[in-house]
Amino acid sequence: MKKIIFILLFFLSFISLLAQDDITDSIPEIKELDEVIVLSKTSKNVGKQFKTMSTLDEYLEKSSKITLIRRGGYAWEPLINNMSSERLNITIDGMHIFGACTDKMDPVTSYVDVSNLSEINVSSGQSGASNGPTVGGGLNLIRTQHDFCNPGWSGALDFGIESNSGLVSTGINLKYTHSKFFIDADFTYRNADNYKAGKNVLVKFSQFTKYNTSVNLGVKVNEKNSISASYIFDNAINVGYPALPMDVSLARASIANIQHSAFDLNNFIKEWETKVYFNTIQHVMDDTKRPSVPIHMDMPGWSTTYGLNSRMEALKNKHKMSFNLNAYHNQSKAEMTMYPNNKEEPLMFMYTWPDIRTTYVGISVKDRVQLTENHNIQYALSAGYHQNYVANEFGLNSLKIFYPNMQASKKRGLYSTQIGYTFNKRNFELNTGFAYGERAPSVSEAYGFYLFNSFDKYDYIGNPNLKNEQSIESNLGLTYKISRFKANVSATYFHILDYIIGKHNPKYTPMTIGATGVREYSALKSVNILSTDLSLEYRPINALKTRAFFSYSYGKDHQKQQLPLIRPFSFNMGITYLIKSVDLELAIDGASKQYTYSKQYGESETPAFAILNFYGGYVLEKPNYKLQLRFGVENILNTYYSTYSDWNHIPRKGRNFFISISYQFKKSKKEISEPEDHLGHIH
Amino acid sequence: MAIAIFSLALISCEKETNENKIKKVQEINDDNYIVELYTETGKFQTGYNEIFIKVKGKNTDNYIENININWYPEMQMMDKKHSCPRSSVEKVAGETFLQKGYIIFQMAGNTMEHWNLTITLNDGEQTVITEQINVQAATYKNVATFKDTISGKKYVIALIQPQKPTVATNDLSFGLFEMESMSNFLPVTNFTILFDPRMPSMENHSSPNNTQPSYNNVDGLYHGKLSLTMTGEWKLNLIIKNAVGDIIQGNAVSETEDSNLYLMLEAK
Repeated sequence: MKKIIFILLFFLSFISLLAQDDITDSIPEIKELDEVIVLSKTSKNVGKQFKTMSTLDEYLEKSSKITLIRRGGYAWEPLINNMSSERLNITIDGMHIFGACTDKMDPVTSYVDVSNLSEINVSSGQSGASNGPTVGGGLNLIRTQHDFCNPGWSGALDFGIESNSGLVSTGINLKYTHSKFFIDADFTYRNADNYKAGKNVLVKFSQFTKYNTSVNLGVKVNEKNSISASYIFDNAINVGYPALPMDVSLARASIANIQHSAFDLNNFIKEWETKVYFNTIQHVMDDTKRPSVPIHMDMPGWSTTYGLNSRMEALKNKHKMSFNLNAYHNQSKAEMTMYPNNKEEPLMFMYTWPDIRTTYVGISVKDRVQLTENHNIQYALSAGYHQNYVANEFGLNSLKIFYPNMQASKKRGLYSTQIGYTFNKRNFELNTGFAYGERAPSVSEAYGFYLFNSFDKYDYIGNPNLKNEQSIESNLGLTYKISRFKANVSATYFHILDYIIGKHNPKYTPMTIGATGVREYSALKSVNILSTDLSLEYRPINALKTRAFFSYSYGKDHQKQQLPLIRPFSFNMGITYLIKSVDLELAIDGASKQYTYSKQYGESETPAFAILNFYGGYVLEKPNYKLQLRFGVENILNTYYSTYSDWNHIPRKGRNFFISISYQFKKSKKEISEPEDHLGHIH
Repeated sequence: MAIAIFSLALISCEKETNENKIKKVQEINDDNYIVELYTETGKFQTGYNEIFIKVKGKNTDNYIENININWYPEMQMMDKKHSCPRSSVEKVAGETFLQKGYIIFQMAGNTMEHWNLTITLNDGEQTVITEQINVQAATYKNVATFKDTISGKKYVIALIQPQKPTVATNDLSFGLFEMESMSNFLPVTNFTILFDPRMPSMENHSSPNNTQPSYNNVDGLYHGKLSLTMTGEWKLNLIIKNAVGDIIQGNAVSETEDSNLYLMLEAK
């Protein structure tokens, strides 16, 4: 901690030196993200807001680049390019945070709420590597950015209810802005009972309750420098996981940071943001509500991360450069206590994550060069040092049962590079790129101890001797756009070497009651994964917008064996009618039958499905307030279905009526305008 | 005087090195000698007991350095008497007065039946002292007697290591003795011991990377490796094969039944 403070002070002093120069310039917009999901309620783009009080998971689900593994009604796990958590770099404003559950019941995205965020930046492949190593891509959750404009009070009240599961969501947000400081606080509460799948089938243990609150403070030091602090407290209780044998009684996160931001420091440095951060997660699994369990277990987990992130955006001639320094230290610990049915017998205990300390320090540089009016190239380089250390001796001795010669510490270098080219002329845009990236095995993959996977019914054992996974990636995107029509096709191909996956070891017998066998994390020589999609938009008349999206993926190993969790042919189509303050949308979501699935990894065929949704909205805008009403019916035909990524084919929600009301007010001396307009320098 | 101080220093030194490790169980006396018996737990239990002995002159109140100790434990049953497997008593390396050996009690004493320990001291002159000792039942069954289903001979098998099982790969050793007579137990050198560790409370799951024991003629025990993946009660299911490889006792664990020959332990 002392070191972090020292580094912070060092940076602050450095910044203040640089701040002497006062030449101003505007930051150019850097648009290289694959997708930005806008969450801010104050967004002008009403059409994107299908429900104002949606959960973050529902917003993610609307993204064309993201699919989600669902284990119930809460805490869905995002997949990008058919790859999940360990292959993705998921950060909150560049801050690293790691779930505390050995069974991936708490993806990072479950510890924030929509109210904490303004948008989510989705990056594919190595485009997501600026904040840390990744293979599949990056998901950066951008917190609401505040400024010192529009002095006065502002705030919002939200309320939403849904017929299916009786979901109630309420939110309140209050903010006071002064030209020298701001203070902002929000609180969200969500509560859902069990939902009903199609055909009114009750899905037991799908309930959840979540409280989330956050506070932001900011002080403007001078025209170019500001300091802000932010704290998010997220508390989920009584969360059911119908697809899993256990539920969660508590999932709690505290996420805090102090940030220094500087703008237009000189001709070169346009933006420099440095933050020190801390977050801690407690996750408690619970099986006491299940009617019959072979043996009662407690499975708590903890994850604590300290870190430093410094990002600089610079501009020189034709170069737009960004520099990123990332350092973090994480402690992940999880244990399992089993209670014998005979109360006289001693408890059975093991560390499932034996107190793993991970240290990472990495730098990355990205440069975009405008060669000519139509030609752009971009390249990026990053290098990092990664170390794991098993801090618990009991745990180390347990792992030594499998790996007698293993050392407590393991060091790695992780490198990534990327090159891209964009051609842009009139109605046509082409972009293509190649990239190479590496990642270290996750805590579970390297040090997990008898982690039961209820999908393939195997106990998983980590492997500390795994090599870095290496990804060679190429991508191609074409966009054609004329006044009322837009078409985009994109494809990303990954050739991944030393692909980490569990391999059945018949020598070992499972620990978990009901498990089929033991899988040891090991590396496949190589795998090939392809993600492609086509999106079309057509607006025959101003009041009518139609869209269609199709995606196809492929994922096989070097022996042509199917990989698990590869998205089958999927589509969604919608038609939106917009007139004045009203918008109405009819949408179809669906997927073909999953022809190729991985039997080996517990998959069985997912039948084709299509569901019909209706969304509607009305917005009333006045100088001092805005009232927004959203309503609709999801799964109108009450279809019973599940997608390929629904854990153990847990069925999805059946017919659901929802309505939500959002009221926003603003009392300021100046003329009222959209707050987001003042965020130009951030995005 | 100088010698006295020296020996005092030695005693205090010895106390420092061993007092923490061993506790006195009891003393056996006659008119001339006090025989002090120690174990790590401060008691005698069924199964393997590593026993430390110091002999004191009753009149001099000094520990005796050069004295030969022999022992003979005997169970006084209602209808018969028998002994148990035991080592000889040897000097502890690096110690002046401390001697040690092991005794494997097959059963605990009770109100009707008890163990006697006969100590024979010899420092040129022989003294025999017999006294009753209290052998308690160990928490876990760590010794078993069984019959060779082929020859009908009787054997004793005892878990010697690990005495403190942990969640790790533990050094494992068994002592296997043939009950040649009521008083004589001979180490068996050429049998095969197979073990299968299971957790009865967790649907009898096993553990990985165990090493089956083999006979070591230095200490006369069977040595292997035992992996314990979690704390709690473990059952070591045993199969014993004779010199020609025929199973003489025990059976493989099946879905419905464990081996009829087994030992128990608790990993902490």
